Amino acid sequence: MTTTDAAARTRVNGGIRRDVVEARIFGVLRVITIVLLVIFTVFPFLYMIVLSMKDLSALLQAPGDLFAGLGEIGLQAYVEVLTPVSGGGQGFGDFIRNSAIIAIGTVVLTLLIAIPGSYAVSRLNFPGVRSVSALFLAVYLFPATLLAIPLFIFFSRVGLRGEFIGLIIVYVSQTVAVSIYMLRNYFETVPRSLEEAAALDGAGRLRTLWSVNLPLAMPAIVANGLFVFMIAWNEFLFALLFLVDDRSRWTVSLGLSQLAGSIEIPTTVLMAGSVILTVPIVVLFFACERLLTEGLTSGAEKG
Amino acid sequence: MTQLVKNLPTGPGSDPVRRGGRRPKYRRGGLAAAEARAGLGLIAPTLVIVLVVIVVPILWTVLLSFKELRLIGLGTVNFFTDYSLDNFVEVFTARGFWESLGTTLVYSIGGTVLAVGLGLAAALALRKAFRGRGLIRSLMLLPYIAPVVAATFVWETMLNPQFGIINVWGQDLLGWADPVALLSQRSAPVNILGLTFEIPVALFTVIVFEMWRSFPFAFLFITARLQAIPGSLEEAARVDGATLTQRFRHIIWPQLLPTIMVLAILRLIWTFNNFDDIYLLTGGGAGTEVVSIRVFEYLTARGDVGAAAAQALVLAVVLGVFVAVYLRFAKKEESA
Repeated sequence: MTTTDAAARTRVNGGIRRDVVEARIFGVLRVITIVLLVIFTVFPFLYMIVLSMKDLSALLQAPGDLFAGLGEIGLQAYVEVLTPVSGGGQGFGDFIRNSAIIAIGTVVLTLLIAIPGSYAVSRLNFPGVRSVSALFLAVYLFPATLLAIPLFIFFSRVGLRGEFIGLIIVYVSQTVAVSIYMLRNYFETVPRSLEEAAALDGAGRLRTLWSVNLPLAMPAIVANGLFVFMIAWNEFLFALLFLVDDRSRWTVSLGLSQLAGSIEIPTTVLMAGSVILTVPIVVLFFACERLLTEGLTSGAEKG
Repeated sequence: MTQLVKNLPTGPGSDPVRRGGRRPKYRRGGLAAAEARAGLGLIAPTLVIVLVVIVVPILWTVLLSFKELRLIGLGTVNFFTDYSLDNFVEVFTARGFWESLGTTLVYSIGGTVLAVGLGLAAALALRKAFRGRGLIRSLMLLPYIAPVVAATFVWETMLNPQFGIINVWGQDLLGWADPVALLSQRSAPVNILGLTFEIPVALFTVIVFEMWRSFPFAFLFITARLQAIPGSLEEAARVDGATLTQRFRHIIWPQLLPTIMVLAILRLIWTFNNFDDIYLLTGGGAGTEVVSIRVFEYLTARGDVGAAAAQALVLAVVLGVFVAVYLRFAKKEESA
């Protein structure tokens, strides 16, 4: 092989020495980068957890000593934040229920709409199939602020502004495009021969979708459902516009943002609220990370 | 992005027509027509909700921006008459509008460059396998998936001048004389090599937050692209004596560039439209008032729907210019 020739050539140029030096410098830089990155990304979350279990006076006296007063109070902040307002707490239990209703409603409705839609886009030839894809791309890029004004007015007028269903409809419209994009990639991997076999056995199109494609695409559907859940659970702007008037209808995000400005509620209690808001998302994410990252970046490999 | 429109389905139903050498027509009663009907039927719910909740509202915003309209007077609006450019005159001459547009530009360009840069650094640093890499990769994604309200609240607390950890460390370790109100101070003099600069403190802080929050997205995309580069290419270059930096410059970078360009434009669009992060961190105070915050203020605090719509439209138009310039640029790159 030419390996020895090339090696000899580079040795003459001093290329090998340069390569060794560079490899060493970048090896060190690489370790430093990784350590700093981990601190940079993870520290705020550690800070959140630590503060949620601290005593407020210990925090104010020694803000630099993260572990002072830890354990003296333990989970007291969680109790206070979850206790209903009538019991002297902050009522996050209700917020969790509201967020869950909205997020689950969004997932169910999005999947009901997106599964047939993605099947159609991936399998069937119909007029305008190209423009459908372009439309979805445009939707994905549109600013929420531009939609906020007309939707605020529209839902005020039809009397749905304070209702969960109004918010759910808005969330579905925001997530359905990306859902179809994620799901169609999986539908395309289902071999056509399976569908043709079902068709020969006399199954209609919906029947084929139901009993052939759906079971095969189930992992993708679950991942997509969790992804939609995360978006709906995290959303802030429309929840603020639609639900802010009535405290009993606040979501966890909205509740935390509204109470964060208050001086009477200790920071530690609100930190417990932040943990409660964040934990479900992190758990869901780790449960289906692989499926999610593959679905999200499936366009990247082709450049 | 071509992914989105390629792979046009050629189901068994449409084949007989094609084999005949004719363009597929959606003839009544034919298999192709049946397929077209089924396709349209299945996609119809999606189209309806996207049209009703997104397309129509956007068109409505365009109409609203040409009307003199307050929240209180909504019930009596006549949509057939009284169009004027008053809102745009009001918006362009209002105090702080141009400054706000400038802030938006600085925020979105700064945030995009830093996020993509850090994402690239992270992807390269985590390229070679080692024990625990999987876990670190997952941890890198936390800022991106965490709820924005929780993330901003933690940052606010960390940056708090009284008991935030950053100010404690700044005073103890970096020798800051006084606590710095990183989120509510408009600007501060900084002495570099004997020259004093005024840096916009709060704007700088929200840009750093934006970098923290969205670099994982860039990291994810660049990592996926890196994995798709065939190892043989680099191996060949190494055999030919190319050093690490040379291999990066001549092999990896050219392969990454298209992905990075698409990423940058996506991030720019999203950062440009961003409302949540700045609203929650500073409320738009201390020199961080971006246009999307002004839209919200006009809508809720003033109830001036017309002016709010006009500003949202200006935002969308500026964005459209960005995208158009980018597309031209991208095309030139391709053909060159």
